[in-house]
Amino acid sequence: MTSKPRLLSVAAAVLTAALAVSSLAAEPPGPQVADFTLANGLELVVIPDHRVPVVTHMIWYKVGAADETPGKSGLAHFLEHLMFKGTAKNPSGRFSQAVAAVGAHENAFTANDYTAYYQRIPASQLKSMMDFEADRMTGLQLTDQVVLPEREVILEEQNQRVGNNPRARLSEQIDAALFLNHPYGKPTIGWRHEMEQLSRDDAVGFYRRFYAPNNAVVVVAGDVDPAQALKFAEDTYGKVPRHANILPRNRPQEPPPVAVRSLTLADPRVEQPVMQRDYLVPSFHTGKPGQSEALEVLAHIVGGGTSSRLYRALVVDQRVAVSAQAWYDSAAFDLSKFGVFAAPRPGVALPQLEAATDAVLAEIVANGVTAEELDRSKSRLIADAVYAQDNQVSMARWYGTALTTGGTVNDVRSWPERIRAVTLDSVHDAARQWLDKRRSVTGYLVKDTSVQAERKS
Amino acid sequence: MSRLFAAAFAALALLVAAPAAAMTIEKIVSPSGITAWLVREHSVPLIALNYAFHGGSAQDEPDKAGTANLAADLLDEGAGDLDGKTFHERLENHAIELRFQVARDYFHGSLRTLNEHRDEAFDLLHLALSAPRFDADAVERVRGQMLSVLRRDSSNPNSIASRRWWETAFPDHPYGRESRGTLDSVPRIAATDLRDYVHRVFARNELTVSIVGDIDAQAAGALIDRAFAGLPAKSDLKPVADASLRGLGRRIVIDLDVPQAVVTFGGPGLARHDPDFMAGYVVNHILGGGTFSSRLYREVREKRGLAYGVSDSLVWFRRAAVVLGGTATRADRTADALVIVERETKRMAADGPTAEELAAAKAFLKGAYALSLDSSAKIAAQLTQIQLDNLGIDYIQRRGAMIDAVRIEDAKRVAKRLYGGGMLVTVAGRPKGLTSSE
Repeated sequence: MTSKPRLLSVAAAVLTAALAVSSLAAEPPGPQVADFTLANGLELVVIPDHRVPVVTHMIWYKVGAADETPGKSGLAHFLEHLMFKGTAKNPSGRFSQAVAAVGAHENAFTANDYTAYYQRIPASQLKSMMDFEADRMTGLQLTDQVVLPEREVILEEQNQRVGNNPRARLSEQIDAALFLNHPYGKPTIGWRHEMEQLSRDDAVGFYRRFYAPNNAVVVVAGDVDPAQALKFAEDTYGKVPRHANILPRNRPQEPPPVAVRSLTLADPRVEQPVMQRDYLVPSFHTGKPGQSEALEVLAHIVGGGTSSRLYRALVVDQRVAVSAQAWYDSAAFDLSKFGVFAAPRPGVALPQLEAATDAVLAEIVANGVTAEELDRSKSRLIADAVYAQDNQVSMARWYGTALTTGGTVNDVRSWPERIRAVTLDSVHDAARQWLDKRRSVTGYLVKDTSVQAERKS
Repeated sequence: MSRLFAAAFAALALLVAAPAAAMTIEKIVSPSGITAWLVREHSVPLIALNYAFHGGSAQDEPDKAGTANLAADLLDEGAGDLDGKTFHERLENHAIELRFQVARDYFHGSLRTLNEHRDEAFDLLHLALSAPRFDADAVERVRGQMLSVLRRDSSNPNSIASRRWWETAFPDHPYGRESRGTLDSVPRIAATDLRDYVHRVFARNELTVSIVGDIDAQAAGALIDRAFAGLPAKSDLKPVADASLRGLGRRIVIDLDVPQAVVTFGGPGLARHDPDFMAGYVVNHILGGGTFSSRLYREVREKRGLAYGVSDSLVWFRRAAVVLGGTATRADRTADALVIVERETKRMAADGPTAEELAAAKAFLKGAYALSLDSSAKIAAQLTQIQLDNLGIDYIQRRGAMIDAVRIEDAKRVAKRLYGGGMLVTVAGRPKGLTSSE
């Protein structure tokens, strides 16, 4: 399960469905990415990388935690686990054994907007993996005998990721307070009291509603020829009938945010307090052209690395924090978040740290950023595009994330150009428009001393 | 379709044809005499360097644990004429990535740069290694960050269980101490200790270098010299004694109020050069190697839902080796999970794997290797590890045959050797019905 996939990017020329190489002479060199749509609606993206005979095969379903029925939180992720329990054609374990038999690696992950399954395999195994995935797209068979122990597993996963981790608990509380109406306010892993009640029927219903070729994107990155991958996909996925009734993703939307919100989570295990603030901001999909790109650059200048404003001010100059950072995730089907995080030095109170953070943000809102900062951030972000090319999994994840959150292959391809087009004015505008505390929730994580006092150790 | 890259130095070049990987590793010698392994990769315009110096946290004074680690964290906080701010801006302006990491035996470093900025990248690396400033304000800032991490770890069940395991397994030996040090030791480290570490360890004689990228041997040699030629010729390392694992048969429960208890378990492992290493590697994969088909995964997670994850692996150092595993389970089922882990471990020691399991594990381990070689950065890291383990430039080529050579009788014998002696177990949490035992 992922909570915050970072979008790396790449300069990529695109092959159209007709396999005609687009002639964009101005594009930097990069893989020739091919994009096809099968007759049953399944989209196939192929990212060739012939350095080693290995392929990453991923199937991304356009369904995630935000598509769950109220009261069934955690269901998308629960189903992700259950997808490994076998079909009539391939009973439990056979798929995983086939994967292991060739030294492949498999896993899956769930987020708000997507659920994805992948195998990293020798190139010769691609068709076989497509066969297995196409089979479990509609052929899953579930019994209580496999469903019930797996429910215990996801509860242990919740303990491991959240229950045992105070910072994850804080983030969960901030999300719940930030989203007043949209299901992004629920944890992807689920609320425990609802997870405990999830049933086989819940899982099967969800599966039948959302798992279909016309609700999926297959991404293949690695040592494969696009025409060959298309042939394999047609012979496997192409046989699965289209779903007659995949509804558009109309989730309940947020009202305009009007109140400055703050919360405090006290946990006896906290030895290092922190402050985190999340703002409600546009994603690439919901924003106007240029807004998401400006937020991307703004986040890097505010808190990306040790040359950022927050780090210089809070950690180096004022010495009130041991760490400070900011981030923005452009990949969300609906609204997204701009986050700020800082951990105080011993003796520094969280309100003092928050005031220092506010001063850094206010300065940018008032005066914008410098040309040097803008150039540095843009070259760093654009270089990430080249670095991403070194890793076929990064490439596959980047395309898969974009295509399941409202983006297209062309959007991904144009990313470096879009970042290059960000101006001082657009960054300043983004700061003025979105870094408004009424759009935000500020969370404090502190040590709970009352529990400590009661406990006999 | 795989692609072979032309080798300019045919005499030194070796064609490597692992089951699913094809690349040419060249052994090159820089003008100043530094040996390195090079893989040319022209399809991505970047350079990935990976290197290591012998001498990691085992070099720390016992009361100053964390010295090497703190030094590593300070190398990019100012060097030569550049203060920390300027150094970071130079890195960022060109999107150059420098990473430093300390393990018990080695200092590990990596560099990633776009080809067009490679001279600047290697110059900055040279400055960081040869003239780190350790300015007082930077030392205090980074020390504060380290203490913050250690404070956080002090209530984290994973850190608590792991630390106690190592302390118990290797008391009075540097391997028993975490590279990051402790809340007591880190405040004692002075700037002179940091300088002393750097001067003793960053030397040319025990330096291992791997470079992958869009570059030829001559240019690679020149870059390597840019970074490393100015370092002292010889290191000055303190000897580290052989260590044998203590505490077998003990179970230690550390009380912590968390919903899920975290378990660390393990015992003696196999040295990398032990003739039984490969057999042990295969057997351990079958027991708990981290795939969805290992025995521990099936018994603990798949059948009973006791944990989200359970696995174990072989870990080796220059002076000791262990097999180390972990899991995390809710408090009222921790005892059940431990019973299963102990039962499966004993069963493996007594009976070994089946022939089918052995065949499946061999197929997996042979095929999976290519996945660790599918990016320039990963290849560079792997080449460094092969050099540190002294496995030979043709290791990737030979590895498949070495795995195939493991016979069922070897697997059974080594299973007994690995798992027959009991385990040391540490648990952080409030596991119901479990107490410490000697």
